[in-house]
Amino acid sequence: MTLGLINANPVVHAKKERVVRTEDSHTDDAVDPLEIYDFVRDIRDPEHPYSLEQLSVLSEESITVDEKLGRILITFTPTIQHCSMVTVIGLCLREKLKDHFPPHFKVDIKVAPGSHANEESVNKQLNDKERVSAALENPHLRQLVDECLYSSEL
Amino acid sequence: MAEHFKTLWSSVKDATYVSPETNLSTEAGFMSEMGFQDSDIMKQAFVLLQELVQQSNGSFISLILEDEDIKIFMNSLNQYEDFDNIPIDIRQRLHAVGRIISVCVNTSIASCNKVFESFFPLLMTYLGLSVAKPHENSCLAEDYNPPGRLNFGALYLCVEVLSACRYLVGSDELTPIPDFANQTWGVMLHNVSKSLAMVFISLLRSNVAENSQNAYVCYGVKGLQNLATFPGSLLAVSKSTYDSILLKLMSVVTSDINKTFLWTLAMNALVEIGSFLDKCPDSERLSSYESIVVEKIFSLISSDDSNMPLSLKLQAAFEIGATGMNFMLRVVQGLDEAISATLSAVYAHGNRKSVEPTVKLLEYYSNKVLPWFHKSGGSEEIPLNFALSIWDKIENNRSFNLDSLENELLDATMMAMKQAVGSCSEGSQEKIINKALGVLLSSNCLQWMESISGNTPSEAEGLQQIHKLDSFAIRDEWITSLFASIVIALRPQTYIQNGKFILQFFITTLLNGHVPSAQALGSLVNKLPLKITGTPLSKNLCLDEAVDMIFHSCIWTSYNGSTYERGSSEIDLSSLRLCSLSPESDKIHATIGLAWIGKGLLMRGHEKVKDITMTLLNCMISDGDRGSLPNSKHPSLVCNDEDLHHQLMKSAADAFHIIMSDSESCLNKRYHATIRPLYKQRFSNTVMPILSTLMLKYDSPSIRSMLCRAIAYVVSDTPLTAILSEAKKLIPLLLDCLSMMVEDIMNKEIIYSVLLVISGILVDKNGQDAVAENAHSIVNQLIELTTYPHMMVIRETAVQCLAAISELPYTRIYPLRTLVLRAMLKALDDPKWVVRQEAVRCRQAWASIASRSLHF
Repeated sequence: MTLGLINANPVVHAKKERVVRTEDSHTDDAVDPLEIYDFVRDIRDPEHPYSLEQLSVLSEESITVDEKLGRILITFTPTIQHCSMVTVIGLCLREKLKDHFPPHFKVDIKVAPGSHANEESVNKQLNDKERVSAALENPHLRQLVDECLYSSEL
Repeated sequence: MAEHFKTLWSSVKDATYVSPETNLSTEAGFMSEMGFQDSDIMKQAFVLLQELVQQSNGSFISLILEDEDIKIFMNSLNQYEDFDNIPIDIRQRLHAVGRIISVCVNTSIASCNKVFESFFPLLMTYLGLSVAKPHENSCLAEDYNPPGRLNFGALYLCVEVLSACRYLVGSDELTPIPDFANQTWGVMLHNVSKSLAMVFISLLRSNVAENSQNAYVCYGVKGLQNLATFPGSLLAVSKSTYDSILLKLMSVVTSDINKTFLWTLAMNALVEIGSFLDKCPDSERLSSYESIVVEKIFSLISSDDSNMPLSLKLQAAFEIGATGMNFMLRVVQGLDEAISATLSAVYAHGNRKSVEPTVKLLEYYSNKVLPWFHKSGGSEEIPLNFALSIWDKIENNRSFNLDSLENELLDATMMAMKQAVGSCSEGSQEKIINKALGVLLSSNCLQWMESISGNTPSEAEGLQQIHKLDSFAIRDEWITSLFASIVIALRPQTYIQNGKFILQFFITTLLNGHVPSAQALGSLVNKLPLKITGTPLSKNLCLDEAVDMIFHSCIWTSYNGSTYERGSSEIDLSSLRLCSLSPESDKIHATIGLAWIGKGLLMRGHEKVKDITMTLLNCMISDGDRGSLPNSKHPSLVCNDEDLHHQLMKSAADAFHIIMSDSESCLNKRYHATIRPLYKQRFSNTVMPILSTLMLKYDSPSIRSMLCRAIAYVVSDTPLTAILSEAKKLIPLLLDCLSMMVEDIMNKEIIYSVLLVISGILVDKNGQDAVAENAHSIVNQLIELTTYPHMMVIRETAVQCLAAISELPYTRIYPLRTLVLRAMLKALDDPKWVVRQEAVRCRQAWASIASRSLHF
């Protein structure tokens, strides 16, 4: 257990402007990356009082949606190679998106390729339903995840 | 105090140089201006500076002017030529220095003098001008083009200094400054004003209007505006300079229409100059402005010059006119002539191309110009003459060369006529209506008043007369519509000559389906005096007489066998079935007429509205015996019977919509309607019980659907407070209505309004009790509406209502939880994003009322 923060000096970027969606009465709105991004961009980082967007962990381009197959893929980039908070961030993403989509959509969460040392095992962990539920049953983890998700709503 | 000046000054410097808060907005086009937001600290620093300069009588100023930092900065200005090359922090400094200098200038004359002495020549040199020898300035040449890019820093500071000078002089009042001509700064300014103006003008001439140019353009225009609004008696700016400024701005407005930014700036500058002239008129400048700007606008409107689109011309004309009454009068003159010319082209020559510009001109006239006059207290000569001139034109053109009715043009003319008549006083209105009456009487409109009389001609004649009704000439329809517009806009006290004739005329045209006549009738019954004061004149019309006339007119004449269901004062339209003269379509028109008449009576609180309501209700519930129709000789009438009958019922139901809703086109405050407070509530209280008993009584689906329509219309326009008191009884009724109306796609607007009423009930505390009792049925109906395919807002509102229901007491709603969650699951898949968002929220709301998981 390292003392102090994993990444003490993160690089903070500006928040991108929020786009107000215009209503288009003639076409159907497909599920698009911006919709998903709007849900997750404000999740707070576990260590710092900044959002995932500000720390460039997530961006709109890192989300892909295949509507026909009903799959959503979110790729996020942890700030440093040995970040041990990756799993927490992944849990936050899962929890936030849990009830936002109809049941026939499948959500895959992965780290960006080459951005983390234990990439394969982290990806495996994050997409295993049983391990995710087990993790969320841990009260400490649960509390951490709640803080990250709901502090942005304050 | 003096000993602290140095420290004070250095702290002011710090506050304004270091840590300036920048508001770096990245909107394109804005970056080109020095759009900096001063922080609170900076603002206070400038206030302090102003105080110090004022109180110190010159010593503080010398401190500023000899300051090394400022001197270095001013001397370094020439290295930043192009605006784009200036880095952000230098721009901030420039902004700060500009503010400091402005503060120094506008504090007092002495300080102004000092600043001018120190800095002005330097600035002028940067701009390529000489103060001492103004005649040698190259910019005075005709085709002057600035060499390369002008020094932006100098330009900015110069413009700031100019506006500070203006402020010093007191741009609002003509307070004479002592010895202006002898003041140093006055002399300098006077010498250089012409050259400066030329430099600014050349900036506007730049052919490449890109983003980077906008900063120059902006400050060029600002500089011109400052020069032009210098109080004239101070002789800072000569007449020729003033004229050239105006000419340049006008040429931008007339020719550079594609460069929107420049155009808007120039337009605003002209408006500012105009308002300034209006506030502090100066005869010399006034004449310049009038001849250069106003006359040009006048000629623009009248000409057919296609260089500038009409809407831009009108916008320019209105904005310039709005600066002062005299200018507006001239603009209106131009508009009048233009409208006159185009209308003549349309009427006399049938020129279809003139229709669109005429429509635009008329719309502008009624939407912008007339309200402006009304607001600014202009005389009513303008609207009066406008209305009279249109009637003159119609009178002079005995035949219209139009192929079709030109509905758009007719609507625009009617609107303008209503607006014009509505802003006149009683006397002028009488003039207009008398003139119009004259035109009406001499036209062909009267021909078919004779065709529908109270007698019963034979059936062959009847057919003939039906044909006659169809050949309603275009000119006659125009006259009738415009006459109706006048009547709609009359004030209650206006005396109407030949009232009885007019009433009869409208009743006749109404039967031909002319809706404005129905609206005119409604306005008449709304505004006529109840009784005549003084000696009763035979031609004067009062309300009781009018109502009698309407109810006993030929269309209501009942034949034998008519059935009176309730009370003898009721008129029954069913009697018309026996009348071979009036086809079903006439009855439909009659219901529309009844609707407007009923609305007029309701708004003033007359009790005859009850009879009208009963008639309409009878129409809706009249089903069955059509066997007595002696129309078997006319097969065409028989086939359409069912359809027409259905249409009749529908128009009776729609009549309730007309009665309850607010209309823009008549019977509103703008057209001087008599409005009794709470009339809608009163009507709702009277009608709703009747409608609900009828719903219980009748089983036939067609009747029930009509009743539902009527109920929906009445409820959606009743104020919410009235509904809340009856919420318990209303909710089951509304739910029935919704379920009936969902089947027809044309009903989506009504469904939406009813849904809004339900959501209003849901949100209110008292309403929630009523909802809680009917929770099950409401939820079922709402769930059905969440899948309504034709209108997205209905789905969205239904989901929002469901989310609101989750706030009700747990005991009432927990059985419905799984139902709602299942419905939300489907709604998550909705094609529209907004509905999906609401579904997520609703789902979370319902999830939180119980601890069971969402996945079941």
